Amino acid sequence: MDIKLSHFNGGIHLDDHKAESLTQPLQLASLPEQLILPLKQHIGEPDKPLINVGDRVLRGQLIAGSSSPISAPIHAPTSGIVSAIEHRLVPHASGQNANCIVIDVDGKDESIEFESIDVSQMQAADMINHIRRLGIVGLGGASFPTSPKLSRGNDLGIHTLIINGAECEPYITCDDSLMQNQANEVIRGISYLQRMLTPTKTLIGIEDNKSKAIEAMKLALQSQPLVNTEVVSIPTIYPSGGEKQLIQILTGKQIPTGRLAFDIGIFCQNVGTCAAITQALELNQPMMSRIVTISGDGVHQPGNWIALFGTPIKHLVGLAGGYVQDGLNKSNNTQQNLVMGGPMMGFSLASDEVPIVKASNNILVMQQQLIAQKPGIHDECVRCGKCAEVCPAKLLPQQLYWHSRSKEYEKAEEYNLFDCIECGCCSAVCPSQIPLVQYYRASKGEIRATQQATLKSDRARIRFEFREKRLLLKKQQEEDKRRLKREALLKRSAEKKDNTQAIDPIQAALDRVKAKKGMKVTEQKNIEGLTAGQQKQIDEADARRRAAREQKA
Amino acid sequence: MTSVIVSSPYVSPSSSLRRLMINVIIGLIPGTLAYVWFFGPGILINISIATLCALGFEALVLWLRKKQIKPHLNDYSAVVTAWLFALCLPMHSPWWLIVVGIGFAMIAGKHLYGGLGFNPFNPAMVGYVVVLISFPREMTTWHLPVSVSGEAYGLVDSFKFTFGMGDSSWDAFTGATPLDHLKTALRQDLPTSEIYQSPIFGKLGGVGWEWISAGWLLGGLWLLFTKTIRWHIPVALLGSLGCIALAFYLVDTETAASPLFHWLSGGAMLGAFFIATDPVSAATTNNGRIYYGILIGLIIYLIRSWGGYPDGVAFAVLLANMCVPLIDYYTQPKVYGGA
Amino acid sequence: MIIAILTISAMAGIFGLILGYAAIRFKVEGNPIVDQIDSLLPQTQCGQCTYPGCRPYAEAIANGEAPINQCPPGGQATVVLLADLLDVEVLELNAENGDHNEVPLVAFIREETCIGCTLCIQACPVDAILGSAKHMHTIIADECTGCELCLPPCPVDCIDMIPIKQTIDDWKWSLPGEVLAGIESSSALAKEPAHGH
Repeated sequence: MDIKLSHFNGGIHLDDHKAESLTQPLQLASLPEQLILPLKQHIGEPDKPLINVGDRVLRGQLIAGSSSPISAPIHAPTSGIVSAIEHRLVPHASGQNANCIVIDVDGKDESIEFESIDVSQMQAADMINHIRRLGIVGLGGASFPTSPKLSRGNDLGIHTLIINGAECEPYITCDDSLMQNQANEVIRGISYLQRMLTPTKTLIGIEDNKSKAIEAMKLALQSQPLVNTEVVSIPTIYPSGGEKQLIQILTGKQIPTGRLAFDIGIFCQNVGTCAAITQALELNQPMMSRIVTISGDGVHQPGNWIALFGTPIKHLVGLAGGYVQDGLNKSNNTQQNLVMGGPMMGFSLASDEVPIVKASNNILVMQQQLIAQKPGIHDECVRCGKCAEVCPAKLLPQQLYWHSRSKEYEKAEEYNLFDCIECGCCSAVCPSQIPLVQYYRASKGEIRATQQATLKSDRARIRFEFREKRLLLKKQQEEDKRRLKREALLKRSAEKKDNTQAIDPIQAALDRVKAKKGMKVTEQKNIEGLTAGQQKQIDEADARRRAAREQKA
Repeated sequence: MTSVIVSSPYVSPSSSLRRLMINVIIGLIPGTLAYVWFFGPGILINISIATLCALGFEALVLWLRKKQIKPHLNDYSAVVTAWLFALCLPMHSPWWLIVVGIGFAMIAGKHLYGGLGFNPFNPAMVGYVVVLISFPREMTTWHLPVSVSGEAYGLVDSFKFTFGMGDSSWDAFTGATPLDHLKTALRQDLPTSEIYQSPIFGKLGGVGWEWISAGWLLGGLWLLFTKTIRWHIPVALLGSLGCIALAFYLVDTETAASPLFHWLSGGAMLGAFFIATDPVSAATTNNGRIYYGILIGLIIYLIRSWGGYPDGVAFAVLLANMCVPLIDYYTQPKVYGGA
Repeated sequence: MIIAILTISAMAGIFGLILGYAAIRFKVEGNPIVDQIDSLLPQTQCGQCTYPGCRPYAEAIANGEAPINQCPPGGQATVVLLADLLDVEVLELNAENGDHNEVPLVAFIREETCIGCTLCIQACPVDAILGSAKHMHTIIADECTGCELCLPPCPVDCIDMIPIKQTIDDWKWSLPGEVLAGIESSSALAKEPAHGH
């Protein structure tokens, strides 16, 4: 298959700093003392814990899950006792806490029984179910749960499957390491994806600075040939590993604004996810670990480790030989010495107590402050236009900057602010060293918050109007009832007047009484032998009765 | 622990404003040296006074606006403005003219709009045009090249001249620039072959001026090499100027000057590489820059041939600055994934 | 001279016709102004503006009966937006009507004190209180607009206004601080505390 490569607009060449972390072979990280597992390690609804404090959990045991379709369950990476379910520092740009399950590792590494499953007999739907059950999320950085992505891809129909082995950001080598060491698992994972999605062609994109990985993948593909599948070496330029850019390079197609890759029949998956799929479908084992790169000149021995989720970063830094400089672990946030992710798109960490999560591909430790200027203090934009030249999304970062800065969010949206992939190329080339990406992130946040507020106020308006209607309806109903009653009453009295006999009910009642009086008088009993006093009482009672009757008449 | 959160990217800066400005200053050196060679060191006095005043005015305005002075002065943008302004003025311009011009450029042309990055007009050109219109006599008193006049002025003489202590007999060594002479002579219906007989015309352009323009070209190539500027504006400007000049030249070589003459005379080269490429006032998209350059080239030719002034670079640039918002709006690139 | 007058008049006439035609042919149907104003108001339905709800206030603004600065939940930001929309002067938020809360508040019923009288249910303008006579009442936090109309009717004063809990998902990036060319003086910059989350 001859693949004609296209290229995307702009992009920059960066020193890749990858050799440093590839000098050591891939190693298995030792068990830490404690694992901190955030309940939200994926895009979508956070999971709810399914175990309690004090429970003993085994490796591979389901410990948290959610019924939401866009979610992925979490499994215990090793055996231990759940010591707490509480808020802990999580790897997030905000440096805030979130709910985590904390497991005190007992060191025995006992697993649950992993029932054997036969992937060769499985249908696509079964495979997707297993992938969901075993907590697979995309390991490319966004952590989107893989099973809803596969389901949706299936519904829409996929013709091109793209496997992302580009890894364009400097310092990061986890995918490179995976491909060099576990190429067979990656290829098998691709075969399972092909069974689920039935694409007509599959392209594995790897940047040409990873010659060993390309070799390994080609060899693996030779030994397990797949239909219409090719390893494609692409020119090394940042950000060729971005999904939109990789698709453009390999197919020449662009994803329309606001849509996703599978809207144009393309499905993109990271090599790490492929390996995880293999482990899930062949061994029935959930996602419990991933390859993490510890890099930068701030650690003695950068390298790649297979680390369990929840491992605190300082444990991994220890494995990498510890900090070169004392005091780096007391990270002052402004110094950006500790970054999760790469230098272009990662975020600085408040402390090294933060754990590895499903999205963590790299920990960057630098001796020097990574940003020279005081945060927020920068030169003015001189409209040189370098930012627009390098923008892979062909935006006008300059205009976005001017509008974000003056908080003209509508105009920023008009200039396609939400198409910005936040790659950082513009900030990197700006001669005035303006933190452009921060402006865009802040503006996007403001716009989203305003949208949320508008939704809420619309709901309030609807409820208010409904309430008004309800009260009005109630009032009307009561009025109607009263009106009907009045009408019924008038109608009855009108009917009575029409009647010729003109029976006066009161007179009729009196006649009835008189008739009764004229009837036989009841015999008096016990009247013999009355005393004078008793006779007097009887006479007085008779007199009273007479008087009353006369009064009534 | 402080609570400032700064976003990625976390990379060392690839360049700085100061670097850009220093590159521009280095690019100006060849042309300036040629100027000194052919006309004497008087131009250096222009440049010195302009630079000092520019920095002074900028510091004053920054102080009035209650901003940090040192970082702003350190980006050398004032130095570049002053240098370009000084190069446009005749040698031995009176000191007060330089001060007024540069003051106008810095204050009204730059800081009243908000400082660096906010000015819609090129500040050096604003200052130049103000003094050109306000002081026509001083601004048309151009010295002849040393080889033509036979009189060389040293630094001390130039100093005296600038500060009004010069000997009035030295006025005999002033004369029209080649462009000026060409224009007046063409209006008198003299053919170019005769006009070029005048001693002030050299091989391709004016004596001295052609070498100075070559110096600007060299400096411009340095700017392109260091990626301080992009090729779009210079190529478009010189291209359109050359094309329209060629058109008229081909019609009748006796009534129009050759494209090469236009390129090497007046401020065309300086304008193409140093003035029109001022990023703040120029168009921002690369396509837009081409239209911007074409527009300037056309207007330069218009003014040189039929306008009231011998050289139209300053006016052309300012007029094109006015069109920049429109050009930018209509040359927006098609966004990835856009319809 | 006559010719000049005739020419100019003719040109004026022609251009006037063109403009008139364009005004009809290219007319853009806009939203009725009341709807536009209402869409800028926060829909708290609290009545602090002295009108019984946000829509009546919007109608009053449209009729010119009410100034644009009466809405405390909207705050100064809404005043500015309204001034922009209606092309009028920006006014200071009218402090007499109440304070603008930066942090949104929701009502919370202290259940041990609630007597089930339903007075608050009747008062809530968006029906955000669940409950019935002699049964426990509770606030539906997602629907509560923080208007505080339920507080006065409660006979046992069991309703508190508490700030909405901010989670990690509510966090957003802040704009980088004032730039070097900002308005602060150098001394102010030196003293300036670092910006918060």
